[in-house]
Amino acid sequence: MNARTLDPAHHLIAKEPYYEPVGDEIQLFEAAYRQQIPVLLKGPTGCGKTRFMEHMAWRLKRPLITVSCHDDLTASDLVGRYLVKGGETVWVDGPLTRAVRAGGICYLDEIVEARKDTMVVIHPLADDRRTLPMEKLGQVVEAPPEFCLAISYNPGYQSVLKDLKQSTRQRFVALEFDYPSAALERRIVATESGVSDDLADSLVRFAQMTRNLKGSGLEEGASTRLLVHAGKLIADGISPVTACKSAVAQAVTDDADMLKAIQELSSSIF
Amino acid sequence: MAQPPLTAVEMEASLHVWLETEFTYFKVEQLAAELAALTRDEQDFILGWIRRIASTHITLAWQFGRRAPALLPRMERRLLDAWAVHTCDVFDRTGLQSALRVMEEVDSFDETQHQNDAAGALFEDIAPVLGNFVCGLSGRRLRIEEGDAAWTDGERIVLPPLIAALPDLDDNFQLAKATVALLWAQTRFGSLRVDFSELGARYADPERALARLHALETLRLTARIARELPGLHREMMRLRARLDPELPPAWRRFETALSTGQATVDASLALLDAAYDEAECPQWTDQGCLRPEAIAAARAARLNKEKARLRIKLAELLEEHEAAKPASQSAADTPPDLEVTPRDENGRLDFEITLDGAPLAPPDNVKQLLTSVYLDFGEIPPEYLTPAGDGEYDPNRVFDQPEDPDAVWHGTYHEKGAELFPEWDHGRQHYRKNWCVMREKTVAPVRDSFYRDTLDKYAGVVKQLRRKFEALRDENRLDKRQTQGDEIDLDALIEALADAKDGREMSDRLFVRLHRAERNIAVAFLVDMSGSTKGWINEAEREALVLLCEALELLGDRYAIYGFSGTTRKRCELFRIKTFDERYGDEVKARISGIRPQEYTRMGFALRHMTKLLNQVEAKTRVLVTLSDGRPDDYFDVYRGQYGVEDTRMALLEAARTGIHPFCITLDRDARDYLPHMYGAARYIILDDVRQLPVKVTDIYRRITT
Repeated sequence: MNARTLDPAHHLIAKEPYYEPVGDEIQLFEAAYRQQIPVLLKGPTGCGKTRFMEHMAWRLKRPLITVSCHDDLTASDLVGRYLVKGGETVWVDGPLTRAVRAGGICYLDEIVEARKDTMVVIHPLADDRRTLPMEKLGQVVEAPPEFCLAISYNPGYQSVLKDLKQSTRQRFVALEFDYPSAALERRIVATESGVSDDLADSLVRFAQMTRNLKGSGLEEGASTRLLVHAGKLIADGISPVTACKSAVAQAVTDDADMLKAIQELSSSIF
Repeated sequence: MAQPPLTAVEMEASLHVWLETEFTYFKVEQLAAELAALTRDEQDFILGWIRRIASTHITLAWQFGRRAPALLPRMERRLLDAWAVHTCDVFDRTGLQSALRVMEEVDSFDETQHQNDAAGALFEDIAPVLGNFVCGLSGRRLRIEEGDAAWTDGERIVLPPLIAALPDLDDNFQLAKATVALLWAQTRFGSLRVDFSELGARYADPERALARLHALETLRLTARIARELPGLHREMMRLRARLDPELPPAWRRFETALSTGQATVDASLALLDAAYDEAECPQWTDQGCLRPEAIAAARAARLNKEKARLRIKLAELLEEHEAAKPASQSAADTPPDLEVTPRDENGRLDFEITLDGAPLAPPDNVKQLLTSVYLDFGEIPPEYLTPAGDGEYDPNRVFDQPEDPDAVWHGTYHEKGAELFPEWDHGRQHYRKNWCVMREKTVAPVRDSFYRDTLDKYAGVVKQLRRKFEALRDENRLDKRQTQGDEIDLDALIEALADAKDGREMSDRLFVRLHRAERNIAVAFLVDMSGSTKGWINEAEREALVLLCEALELLGDRYAIYGFSGTTRKRCELFRIKTFDERYGDEVKARISGIRPQEYTRMGFALRHMTKLLNQVEAKTRVLVTLSDGRPDDYFDVYRGQYGVEDTRMALLEAARTGIHPFCITLDRDARDYLPHMYGAARYIILDDVRQLPVKVTDIYRRITT
C-alpha cells in the first residue's frame, strides 16, 4: 500500500478564477480571514460557492484544500490515520490536518452530508482555540494565523435530518449566497460559456422561469452552473432547445410532465 | 382470429340484467337488434361501457346504449371513452340532469367539424404539462381547469375537454399552448384591468365592441409574446397561417400600431372607436373567448381580500424590522415611509421595497401579493401600502382558516376546508374524482387509568417485549478485516506479516471500521374505529396500541397513529391519535384511551391520506399497518360488498406503487375468501382470537420491520 501525500503547494491557485461579486462578500470574507473567524457559506446548489472559495484562495494566496462531504465521511478521513507500509505502520495526515499544518484554507463542501460525529472534530478549530486534537497521535496541532476553515451548506434541503447543529453553526460567520441578479447572471453566463449576450439573456430568462416552478413540483430551479453548461453546449454548436433539455431540464427533474413543461418553456423562449 | 358477433338474444339477456328492465322497463330488444349488426369488437366496446356506466346510473347507461351504435362510425373510440367518463364525472358532481345534458350534446356532434379529433389534444393529457408551463411564466399563479371553452378570469385558465383543430397531435398541443399563453398574457399585460361592462355600455352594440376589443388585445398581446417568448411566437404564426384567414387591411393598420411591444391596454382602447366602425372583425383559433362577468366576479372577490392581506403582511414586516432596531431609534413618531417600486422589465416582475430609504427584503408571500396587486392596477396604489393598524382587520376573515370539522357538519352542509380524495369505482373501471370529503379530527383524550392498567395486565409481556426489541436495536459494531477503515486491525496485521515472512501473499484487509447502524423506519398505524369494533375489539385495539408504543419508543422508529371511520362519502373522518412529530406523552396516552367506536368502515380515503402523510416523512423504509375488524362497509351505500373491496385494494396498490410497504392485520374470521384479493398488494395476517391482538401485534411489527 502506498499512500501519496499531496504537497500543499499543489493546492495553490495560480490563475485568477473568474468570479463576479454579488455584494460585499469578498470584503466580508477578507475581514473574517484577518480576524481568524471561520466562515459558513449558505446557498442553493450551483450559485457559485465553490468558485467563490477558489477565488478567495487565489486572492489570499493560500492553498485551498476542498473536501466534498458524504454520509460516510469519518473523523479519520479528515484528520488522518495509520496505514501499513511494509512491516510498519505509518501515519498519514488527512486533508484537514494538512491544511492546518500548511496554513491553508480548508473548505468542507456540503458539510451537512457528513456524519454528525464527524462535524464535532472541527469544533476546536472553529473557535478561538484554533487547535486540532489528534487523539491517535497524542498531539494537538495549533493552527497558524493563515489557516482558515470554511464550510458550505444548502438550507434548501427541507429535511430535519440534514440540518446543521446549533453548536456547529454558531461558530461561524455566515455569508449568504443566492442566484445573482439577472444582469449579473447574464454576464457570468456569457463570460463562462462564450455565448452572445442575447443568448445569455434568453438563458437567464429561462432559468427564472424554472425558478418560478420551485415549490410547485420542482425542488430547485436551474442554477447558474446549469446555465453555463447549457451555454457551453450552445457555443459548441448544439441547438439552444436541445442544450436546455440536456443540460437543464434533465438535470433538475425526472418527472415526465415536469420535463415536458420545462421543454415547452425553453422552446417558447428560443 | 376474430370472434363471431354475439346474437341479439345473447345480448338481450345481459342488457336485461344490467339495465334492470324488470323495474325500468327499458326496451332493450331494439338496442340488441341494432348491436347485432356490428362486429364483435364493436359490440364488446359498447356493451362494456353500458355495463360500466350502469354501475353509476342505469338511465345514463341506457341513453349511452341508444346513442352509441350510431356514433361509433363517426366518432373516435378514444373520444367515446372520454365522453363516457366525462358524463359519469358530471353525474358525480352535479347529478342526473346535467349528466343527461352532456349525453345529449353528443347528438349535435358534427362529423365535418370533428375530422381531426383522432389527433386531438385531450385536456387530461395536456393539463399537467401546461399547468407547470404557465406556472413557470411570470406573474400571478394561474390554475388550469377543464370547462366548456377556452377563457380566463385572471385566476384560472379554463380549457375545453378537447383541442382538435389540426390533423396532427403535436400541432394541436402547440395550439393549446398558444391559447394558454394568450390567456396568461391577458392577466400579465393588463387586459383584464378594463371595466368591460362600463365599456360595453358606451357603445350601441356592446357585444360588437367587446369582440373588437378582444381582437385588438389579441394583436397587442401577440406582439408582447413575440418579445417575451419568441419561440412560441414562431409557432403561433405557423399555426395561424394554417388556421386563420388573412387579416383585413384595416386591421393590419391596427396591428402595426399595437406591435411596438410596449403598448398597454390603453393603446387598444384608443383604437376601439375605429375598430368598432369596421364591418369585419378577425378571430383567431388560439384566442379563446372573453368572459367579462367571470373576470369581474373574480376581481371583485380578490381586491379587498388582497388589500387586507397585503396591509397586514406589511405591518408584520415593519414590526419585525422595528424589533431588530435599537430601542432609542424606534421611538420616532413619524409614520414609516414605505415605498415600493415595481420593476417590470425583461420578462421579470420584481419589487423593491424601501423603508425610510433603506432597502427591505420582502418574503416570498409578500412578493406574490404585490405581484397580484400590481397586475390588477398596473401599479401599487398608495392606500395598499399603509400597514394595517392593530385590530383593523379580523385575520379570520382575511386569511383562509382551517375549518372546525364539527362546526362544518352542523348547519348547512358544505365541503369547505375539507380534503377531497378520489375513489376507485370498480363498476366504472375509473376513479370517481373528488369523491370522498375527508376531515382530520383529534380523538378526545380520556384521562383514566387505562394506560397503567394495561401495563399491569401485560406486565410479563412488556418485560419480554423490552428484551426482544432491545435486541433488535442495531448496535454500532466494529467490522474487522476491512480494506479501508479508521484504525489498524492488529490481529489481521500480525497474521499478514507472518504470512509475508513465510513467503505467502499478504492480505490487504488490515483495518477495522466502525459500522454505524441507523434504523431509518417510519410507520403509520391505521386503526379501525368503526361501530363494529364496539366491545372486545375496541379494547384489544387500545391495549395493542399501548404495547406497540412501548416497543416503538424503545426502537426509536418514527410512528404515527390514526383512526378512521365515516358515514357516507360526504363525512369521512380520520382521527389523529399521534402524529409523526408528536411525542409519546400523557396526551397521546389519554387519546389512545379515548378511542371509541364511531360509525362505518370506509377505508380507501384513509389509506390514501396516510399514503400522502407517510410520503412526506423522510425515511428509508415506510410501513403502513392497518388494523381492522373486517370487510369495508358504509351506511346505505354501494361501499358494502365488492365496490368497497375493490376500492380498498386499489388504495393499497397506490400505496405500494409509491414505495410504501402496506401490511394489514385483520380480525375478520368469516370472510377469508375476499382477503387475498383485497390485500393483493399488501401482506396480511388474520387473527382468530381478539385477545391475541395486543400480544401478537408487537410480534408482527418486529417481523415485518427486520
